Amino acid sequence: MVALFIEIKNVSKKFKNHDQEFDVLKDINLEIQKGDIFGIIGFSGAGKSTLIRCINRLETVSSGTIHIGNHEIDKLSKKGMNLYRQKIGMIFQHFNLFDSRTVYGNVAFPLEVAGKSKQEIKRRVTEILELVNISDKKDFYPGQLSGGQKQRVGIARALANNPDILLSDEATSALDPVTSLSVLDLLKDINKKLGITIILITHSLDVIKYTCNNMAVLEDGLIAENGSVRKIFAKPSSETAKVFIKNNADLAKFDYLGGGDGI
Amino acid sequence: MREFLAQVFSAEVWGYVLPATWQTIYMTAISTAITIFFGLLFGILLYITDKDGLHPLPIFNKIFGAIINSVLSLPSMIVILLFLPLSKMIVGVSYGPKAFIVSLSIVCIPIFSRMVENSVLEVAKGKVEAAKAMGASNLDIIFKVMLPESLPTLIRNFVVLTITLISITAIAGSFGAGGLGELAVRFGYHRYRSDILAAVIIVLLVVVECLQLFGASISKKILKKRHLV
Repeated sequence: MVALFIEIKNVSKKFKNHDQEFDVLKDINLEIQKGDIFGIIGFSGAGKSTLIRCINRLETVSSGTIHIGNHEIDKLSKKGMNLYRQKIGMIFQHFNLFDSRTVYGNVAFPLEVAGKSKQEIKRRVTEILELVNISDKKDFYPGQLSGGQKQRVGIARALANNPDILLSDEATSALDPVTSLSVLDLLKDINKKLGITIILITHSLDVIKYTCNNMAVLEDGLIAENGSVRKIFAKPSSETAKVFIKNNADLAKFDYLGGGDGI
Repeated sequence: MREFLAQVFSAEVWGYVLPATWQTIYMTAISTAITIFFGLLFGILLYITDKDGLHPLPIFNKIFGAIINSVLSLPSMIVILLFLPLSKMIVGVSYGPKAFIVSLSIVCIPIFSRMVENSVLEVAKGKVEAAKAMGASNLDIIFKVMLPESLPTLIRNFVVLTITLISITAIAGSFGAGGLGELAVRFGYHRYRSDILAAVIIVLLVVVECLQLFGASISKKILKKRHLV
């Protein structure tokens, strides 16, 4: 399964605020293999969220290119863009479920948008709710669900159109440790069953350690280092990675914290 | 006092009040319908063309916003007078309930446009982002996300709009629109018929209260169904 899938080349992103310009991303280069679970870690404000949003073009890059498979995504038309986005699922820290729709309606949304027939939608929603193990809540509204259940619905919704990539934006940061683990297990399970490429951003080292094969450390808009999780844990070279690993080890000394979690 | 009350509820008084009530309801209902249509359209237009909106058109947004604001900033009495000639062109007369429907709608459309804009702005940005990430078109986002998500707030604003409209029909009444406003001016003010004035007040209180209760209960029902209260 070693096929280059996502190639981020010399990507920079500037934000303009009043008259000041901020470089949020500076010359990012990353390669992500098909079927990988790739983690991006960094402190708040390091540019993680912006980077992940460049992949489904919720943000446009200021310079550089992003290739996914054979597509250069910045060359896509608006319509092509929407079709392309249907093949990239995304889950969020605060779930972003639609309160006006039931669990069924939420998962049906991306299928409606893709113009699927009623029967097709019904078949797919039933199937996907089973996969994330939340079929019994089909007719519930998000207001009736716990955080973990909401994120399962979020994952179901993200997977409805059989995407090739799943982007996870701090998906477990708002969940308690036990629920976090179950959501991460679900992500690993999906990766194995469906072969879907997962990119997750987090500020929790445990999430990376538990879930990812490869990782990148983002520091002030720059990739400080990247490579296999095992390699970086054994021998961190960047300041950020060292701080993360040291804090993680310190925290692990406090038993009652359970060695840190996803919070 | 008892005599006065008997007078207020007499057949003679209600012989005036009932037809006027229907005129007011007629004016309000049709103006509300027109206002809802254009208010939703303009409110959504303001929202999507904002510089942070779904389809930014900053210059259009500024000009359009300025037009809306300029109508908003004029007293409703002046707007009514200003657009009476237009009414005459459209409906052919410049008196009676029909003539004032155009003016009343023009007074209320900017108010409701801003209400709609504010209601959809309240929808969490993350939901819009999620919809975009799923490849939803702008039309999908408006009709499948923004409007359904803001429905309880929209209904509450709709009730406020209708109540505002009723009070503006009273102003129109003093220019010959008919309805309860005209009755109050003609009999209550010029002829000192406080019994008719009292009956008008009773009708207005009952109508507004009913509207308020009705709107609040529907809005609450939706929130309850969604388990948000």
